Amino acid sequence: MSQTAEAPALDPLRFGLIGSPNSGKTTLFNALTGLRAKVGNYPGVTVARREGKLDLAGRAGVVIDLPGTYSLDPLSPDEAVVCRVLAGEVEGVEAPEALIVVADACSLDRSLLLVGQVLAEERPTCLVLTMMDELAARGGRLDIDRLEAALGIPVLPVVGHRGVGLRELRSRLADPDAWSQPPVLPPRDIDERAAWMTSILDACVETRPDFHAMTERIDRVVVHPILGSLLFMAVMIGFFQLIFAWATPAMDWIDAGMGAAAAGVRQALPPGLWTDFLTDGLIAGVGSVVVFLPQIVLLFSLLYFLEDVGYMARAAFVVDRAMARIGLEGRAFVALLSSFACAVPGIMATRTVPSPRDRLVTILVAPLMTCSARLPVYALLIGAFVPATNVFGPIGLQGLVLFGLYLAAPLAAMTVAALLRRSLLPGEGMPFTLELPSYRLPSLGLWFSQVWGSAWAFLRRAGTIILLASMVLWILLTFPQTQPPPGLNAHEASAYALEQSAAGRIGKAIEPAIAPLGFDWKIGVGLLASLAAREVFVSTLAQVYASEDPDVSLRNAVRADIDPTTGEKLFSPPTVAALLVFFVFALQCTSTIATMARETNSWRWPAFAFGYMLALAYGASFLARIVTAAVI
Amino acid sequence: MKSDFNTPSEGALSLADLELGESAAVREVNTRDAIGRRLLDLGLLPGTAVRVIRRSPLGDPTVYEFRGYRLCLRRVDAARVRVGSEPVSGAPDTSAL
Repeated sequence: MSQTAEAPALDPLRFGLIGSPNSGKTTLFNALTGLRAKVGNYPGVTVARREGKLDLAGRAGVVIDLPGTYSLDPLSPDEAVVCRVLAGEVEGVEAPEALIVVADACSLDRSLLLVGQVLAEERPTCLVLTMMDELAARGGRLDIDRLEAALGIPVLPVVGHRGVGLRELRSRLADPDAWSQPPVLPPRDIDERAAWMTSILDACVETRPDFHAMTERIDRVVVHPILGSLLFMAVMIGFFQLIFAWATPAMDWIDAGMGAAAAGVRQALPPGLWTDFLTDGLIAGVGSVVVFLPQIVLLFSLLYFLEDVGYMARAAFVVDRAMARIGLEGRAFVALLSSFACAVPGIMATRTVPSPRDRLVTILVAPLMTCSARLPVYALLIGAFVPATNVFGPIGLQGLVLFGLYLAAPLAAMTVAALLRRSLLPGEGMPFTLELPSYRLPSLGLWFSQVWGSAWAFLRRAGTIILLASMVLWILLTFPQTQPPPGLNAHEASAYALEQSAAGRIGKAIEPAIAPLGFDWKIGVGLLASLAAREVFVSTLAQVYASEDPDVSLRNAVRADIDPTTGEKLFSPPTVAALLVFFVFALQCTSTIATMARETNSWRWPAFAFGYMLALAYGASFLARIVTAAVI
Repeated sequence: MKSDFNTPSEGALSLADLELGESAAVREVNTRDAIGRRLLDLGLLPGTAVRVIRRSPLGDPTVYEFRGYRLCLRRVDAARVRVGSEPVSGAPDTSAL
């Protein structure tokens, strides 16, 4: 290896960025590294791993954004990641050579505890004080030089989102070996450490900042016993309504765009298997990934906005006690609420829950929430089979059935969450702690990078699995190909092809298993195909019944279908009840499974969720069939 | 040296016993388990002045202010922090920073 003497190729300097949640760590990370962060997972835990490149004077650097932590005394495997990275115990992550502790200048006092623990690591350390602008606005004054002298390490004030102080920080980062080190380590004894902190504060604090006056005024309303509860409900209803209503036009637009693309390919290419693959396999598969983006972008735009402004912490504070009843905590509420629109963004939103077990329980019950993809299935079956009679006054039976289906899901979710807490996933002995940060205007850049990061992570990690799964389903529904008997019209030929396909054969093979629920092989094929997305059940039934459209003619076709062995109508009231209940509980959604696999960093938990929800669906369907048969 | 938390002595107050708006100084935290150690790491060291700011509309959790920030704790966790009804004499006033 030959190298020129002037420019020796040094390894990049590695920095660990340590700070508590709300310390401004993420803003500083983005300001230092731009949008060039590499995002991944640490093996065996669910916390995200972020690293970014850093240009220092004449030398490359890497910043490892360590998960936000209050302490280096970990209470969970997720929290232990910080210590394991520092010790170089994480495979594929070299231990950082120097440490940057990030602290909010307005609450330096409590951050000194973490500083003290980091100093005990005995490697080059500097302290970055963020939010210096807020400190000044609140009338606080710190003597940085005296703080440096008292701690014995470099202290660098910054205003992360405005880039103030970054140039000085970068130039100091270029040479960690020159950083001063404390002459003696902070004492280990609790009382002595409290005295150590007091002496440092006495040395450097000239004026303590006032409490953020606007935050106090806003909080008097926002967490007021009555006004606060009303505001909470209004925000959550608005939040849900926006995801539900605003995402729909964009999703319809994506559907139409994918349909137009498929139609264009069909026109340009001769009919045949290759064209079918491109249109029904590839384009439809890409569409099934992209269609989630409006909901994900919208949900995370709102979520991060409310989080950055400071409202999410208040919402969690207001609702925590209700969530505690089912063994969860306030921060899980939004994820569960979002899952009523779609479990995919809902599961992604559980990242705001700090306790890994709480988060896992939330992820496992989120798909029970009645997502919007169940609605077309409910609409078809209720429209076709539930009589449009009125029960009390203007309240119709169809509406009541739909309401019952919507209500069953959250009740089941609460029960399952409480059961999981008492069995498989008891609490891990972490106290519930929730910081109420000062209200502040969010930084547009940080907001954008958070939303973009979520959307990109979904596309790259879950999207590829969803695309692959929809291809596999296309293959199952298409092969083996058989020549249809002569004399069939196009719809009948397509129904024949489906019956002969692998999916048709699987449907027939599982018929004995689903017969107790009153389902035949045609419903079996529909259930199999609906794994791509629940609403595909409707279009698959349309294909099975060789219907010209999934509305009127499909409704008539399913109504008229006769079971060949019993001679009775196949879609009898008990069967319809069983089918509706099956869709309430079963995890018929590969996208949810893929997202779950990504967020839990394993296939074990999605497999568990699929299994328990299938068992629940089967049992509840069977019960629904018996009860309906007895009542009607 | 440390008293047994399972049998609190007569008149021993915990953070959870404080009324809204009341202030007190931390006496000690049961650090025998991880939860207590975490409460210390959050800043509830002996001598720290704590003020009760507000309770959730449903009665639990409660927001406490100490060491320049506001943190909410559930009743069950706050009960592990022993406080003196009067601030400990000579203890630093850490309520504002």
